[in-house]
Amino acid sequence: MSVLDALYALLIAPLVDFAFMRRALVACVALALAGAPLGTLLIVRRMSLMGDALAHAVLPGVAMGHLLAGMSAFAMVTGGLIAGLTVAVLSVVATRTTPLREDAAFAGFYIASLSLGIAILSMSATTTDLVHILFGTVLAVDDVALLTIAGLASAVLVALALSARALIIEAFDPALLDVGGVRSGGVWNGVLLGLVVVLLVAGYQAVGTLMTVGLLILPPLIARFWADTLEGQVAAAMIASLLGVYTGLMMSFHWNLPTGPAITLGLAATAIASALLGPVSSVRVRRRQRHRVA
Amino acid sequence: MTKGHALGGVRLNNVTVAFDGHPALHHISGRFQSGTLTAVVGPNGAGKSTLLRAIVGDLTPSSGTVTTDSDRIAYLPQASRLNHDLPITVADAVLMGRWRRLGLHQAARQEDLADASAALAEVGLGGFERRAVSSLSVGQRQRALFARLMLTDADTVLLDEPFAAIDQRTTSDLLRVVQQWHASRRTVIAVLHDLDQVRSAFPLTLLVARTVVEWGATETVLTAANLARARSMSEASDTHADWCRDAA
Repeated sequence: MSVLDALYALLIAPLVDFAFMRRALVACVALALAGAPLGTLLIVRRMSLMGDALAHAVLPGVAMGHLLAGMSAFAMVTGGLIAGLTVAVLSVVATRTTPLREDAAFAGFYIASLSLGIAILSMSATTTDLVHILFGTVLAVDDVALLTIAGLASAVLVALALSARALIIEAFDPALLDVGGVRSGGVWNGVLLGLVVVLLVAGYQAVGTLMTVGLLILPPLIARFWADTLEGQVAAAMIASLLGVYTGLMMSFHWNLPTGPAITLGLAATAIASALLGPVSSVRVRRRQRHRVA
Repeated sequence: MTKGHALGGVRLNNVTVAFDGHPALHHISGRFQSGTLTAVVGPNGAGKSTLLRAIVGDLTPSSGTVTTDSDRIAYLPQASRLNHDLPITVADAVLMGRWRRLGLHQAARQEDLADASAALAEVGLGGFERRAVSSLSVGQRQRALFARLMLTDADTVLLDEPFAAIDQRTTSDLLRVVQQWHASRRTVIAVLHDLDQVRSAFPLTLLVARTVVEWGATETVLTAANLARARSMSEASDTHADWCRDAA
């Protein structure tokens, strides 16, 4: 077998031979393209852990959907959206009306939400269902799921484009948007958190809510070591994410690994390699002894 | 720069701003006449930053009202409130001053870019457009933020400790920008600590210590007796203080 044949068998054949792999790839590409810019904004706003908190927060809604309607995509997506948005809104309100910082408010609400989710799941789900909800399964991506994922991811991308300027201005100087009497603080934060919830819920069928966090956070971390402007980082994060979902899917196919962890581990390894060796601000660059004259 | 009408006065009517029931500003009344240049001076905890934030609308008074002649207000917060690690260019940061005119979606026009470059040149950062904000020194950052203020084209300019940790040359360059705003009859209010600087460059002074200690011409306000009175204000709030019975 020639090298080309081997490459074909490794990278192309699974897509040609299996419709579920094609659907999984399209779903993951949609999640990757929306997740990369969203995650970049989370990170520059120092909210990296919010994705994780919200991923736990959506669980009771997904579980409630499951309890009421079984493995119905619509019920679980709707429940997840309601639970995630509720936690986001409660946390933002608590931050604005009490001396609690946002991270503290989130920590409190998400763990309560997660516990509620586990309690509900214990009434209904089998362990297999639970694993699918948390970590996803590409086999679950039927046409309806694919349209849901692509639709929600596209909506996130459009909404993000419309609110990007406000989010970036506020990340630099939170008071700038306030001037003129209207206090904007909580609003844009809420928009960003809401978009994160939508993407997490979109991702649960393909890679699971927890593993969607990987698509949100890891590509921007990789990008940090490849570009030094915001635009550059978003572009690099998208490229890293696309490569990551492709290799992850192929690894998961050939080695029979769950898709979410396969993608996430590949991206994590890339992030570590980038931090050590990347062209911008990496350990390698910082250790260099030479310096410029000015 | 337009000569002509004085712009952007601010009136305080019995303003109290409290945190957890303890007043940072207590029943303050008075007026920043439009077109005036005023230094706000007082010990730590006197409510100087609180006053600026109440004027901007970032804090809501627990009682009383703040009335501004114009809603075109530019506010420079203390440096610690800004995120200087954000991966944006100096031009991006300066153009943020235009957001109210451009809104949240319209792209910057050629004239906005030209104004940004002109403002940067004015504050001594000509040619810095493409540099990263994170690469600037503390003084250069403050110069860039003054360029941003210039782009807002505001009637009222509020500066919170604009020269803290800034070297002498940068301070005098930026003071010149403040003088230009004053010359174009905008209202400028600056929180400052350097009394010599206040005496030399600011015609009016508001000395605060939660309440107004003295407000007027700088030389009559910054007397030893007034400063001693302001210093005697306790920085700590009294947990068991009686409730204020003035009308809420």
